[in-house]
Parts: sequence; C-alpha cells; structure tokens
Amino acid sequence: MMPPEVVACCGHGGERLTEFSEETQAMLAIRDERDRAAFAKLFRLFAPRIKGFLIKGGCGAAQAEEIAQEAMLRVWHKAALYDPHRANVSAWIFTIARNARVDMLRREARPMPEEMKEEPGSEPDAGQIVALEQEATQLREAIAGLKPAQREVIERAYLGELTHQELSEEMGIPMGTIKSRIRLGLERLRHDLKGLRTP
Amino acid sequence: MSEHEMTDVKHHLTDPIIAAYAAGTLPEHLALVVATHVSLCDSCRAALEAHEAMGGAVLDQTEAVALDDDLLPATLAQLDQPRTEAPVPARQGIFPGPVMAALKGHPPRWKAAGMGVKQQILCATPEGTVRLLYIPGGVAVPDHGHKGLELTLVLQGSFSDETGHFGPGDVEIADDTLEHTPIADPGPACICLAATDAPLRFNSWVPRLAQRFLKI
Repeated sequence: MMPPEVVACCGHGGERLTEFSEETQAMLAIRDERDRAAFAKLFRLFAPRIKGFLIKGGCGAAQAEEIAQEAMLRVWHKAALYDPHRANVSAWIFTIARNARVDMLRREARPMPEEMKEEPGSEPDAGQIVALEQEATQLREAIAGLKPAQREVIERAYLGELTHQELSEEMGIPMGTIKSRIRLGLERLRHDLKGLRTP
Repeated sequence: MSEHEMTDVKHHLTDPIIAAYAAGTLPEHLALVVATHVSLCDSCRAALEAHEAMGGAVLDQTEAVALDDDLLPATLAQLDQPRTEAPVPARQGIFPGPVMAALKGHPPRWKAAGMGVKQQILCATPEGTVRLLYIPGGVAVPDHGHKGLELTLVLQGSFSDETGHFGPGDVEIADDTLEHTPIADPGPACICLAATDAPLRFNSWVPRLAQRFLKI
C-alpha cells in the first residue's frame, strides 16, 4: 500500500483537495479520464498478484495469466461501476477477478446482485473515501496479525478453496478475531447504503 | 430507497454463505438466491461488501507471480477493441434483477405441479437446482427435494412453518436436519425462489426408505 499524498481530485462535484492512495487515484483516472498510463500502473501492480492469487487457488500458470489479463480488461471496461465510497481498489479488483475466474473456469454466468446507483447529483465525499481506505489498511493489518494457522484459513477461504460447509466449520475462530473489524465496516456500509438506491 | 426496498427483512443469510458467495465458491443455484436476497436486503449487501473487502486484503497480501513480458503491451493493445456486454435485465415487479437475468428477461412460464402449485426451474446443474415456486394461499410448499442445503427466498406473499413466519425478502435456510412443513399463508399466492442441493445419495427405493427411517 502506497502512502497517501495530497492531490487535487476532480469529481462530479468539481475540484477538491484531498488525499487518496495511488491506487484510488489511478482507478479514478481510468474511470473519469480513460487514462491508459494509470491503467498500465494498476496492471503492473495487480495483474501479477491476481496471477499469484489464482495459482494459490489451484489454477495452472498459463490459465492464471489468461484470467488475470481478462480481469484487467474488465477493470478497464467496467471502470464506470467503480465507486470509491463503497469499495477500495483491491476489494473491487478482487470481485472482478473472482467473477472472471468463475466465468472462465465454470463457464457459467455468475448471478450478480442489482447494482446500486448514487443519487443523481450527489457529490463525492472525500472523507468517506479516505476512511474506507484506512479501514482497508486496518483490515490487512488485522489479517497479518492473526496466528499463522488462522491466517491460512482466511486465505484459503477467499482464495476459493473452502466450500460453504467448510467455511462454517473452519472459519469460526479467525473470523471471531477479525469480526470487530468487519463489524465496524458493516456499520459504515449500512449507513452509506441508506443514501443509495436500486434502479 | 426504491419502492421495492425491503426494510423489514427478518430472516437473513448466514455469514459462511455470504463469505462463500464473496469467494466465488457457492454453486450457481445457491448463488442466485444470495444475489437476489442481497438485491433486497441492505444489511446482507453490507455484509457481502465487507467480505469482499476481506478478499481484497487477501489479494493485497498475495505474493506476485511474474507475468509474460508481452502481456501488458498485448493488453493495452486490446483496450480499444469493443466488447459486447450482455445487457443486465432490470427488476420487473416482484422479480429482482438476478431472477430476471435467470429468466433471460422474460416473465416466468409456470408449469403446473399439482394442488394449484406452479413452478419454473431456472437452473439445474449436477450440484443443485433453483426454481420459482407459486403456492396458492393455504397450500403446503411441496417437498422439492430436501437433501443438503436448501434456501427459500420469499418474493411475494408469505409462508409459515415450525421455525417462523417468512415474508417478502426473508430467506429460510434449511438443511437435512430440519423437519418442517412450510405452508403458504392465506391471502395472495406465495411466490418463492427455492434452491436445493442435488440429491447425492441413494437412487433405489430400498435405501431411500432406509434413509427416511434412519434419517441418514
């Protein structure tokens, strides 16, 4: 995670001075300005990690690379759906890579929830975006602070190695440890969702 | 909030089911119920997004594996190629977007299943089946195979059983340890989205009989 720096953020609401992480800045540049250099930057950062993630989850190297490329192409084409108030860049790219994996390995359409839309005319809330980034950092630290065996369960769960039955049996202890962190995030998300609507 | 937003959902998804959906490991028949419930329930949507943040944190800490040198230029060269995105069907009446997507944008084509009950199967894989059920008020929900995990989400009307009362947006989670007889409440027909795991066990009648008596 790169340290935040002070930048000018051009949102729908006009110029704002704020501090976002480099990932968030790059993703906003892709979304709002179709910035190819920003895309190349996120590609260098995320595509090798997605490949590593998929290999850990049981993919062959060639297939992992193919899915990582497809995921990054989706990042470019679906950038309009990226909402920094709701997901940090890693979480958003995680969902994109997960869907690409399901689509390409299982050859089935993954059922997706309805998208929530921002109220028309709502301005980006820099404070909320920064708070979400900070929470993501704390979440990473909480996972890193787990005992190795517990961290492994969490990793296996999100790498897609555990069925829901195995999740109910194995995730209790590490989830309990991380629960306070998630609960914090939940309260914030619930609050944020109140301002949104389904189409 | 849209007019269809369910603010009074009382029966929610469990954390392991949401986590499995977030990780992409939930089979399609169950994933459809999760996606539909999340479309109706802010609290489970928030839980899902929290689990996706967990996934993002795990991705962040995953060791990078070097890519082919040509992959970035090849990908950049593909950015301008138009992609045909399949249209995402919108909610229609009581049917949320994911159900409309499973119906391929058309209204359900109900098939009679006896006692005034109608159904349409939306997806059947070796792992399980998900269907829409139409149950007239006062009629029992037919036994649609109860082996393994079963998720039943109410879209219209309501039903009750030994475990409680289920209205629009509520999801009942049952496994083969739960003996229950859901009955549609009097009034308008109850329409549900019901996912069941495929029967994995015995196919001949003798072991099936044994299964019923021994509850194995």
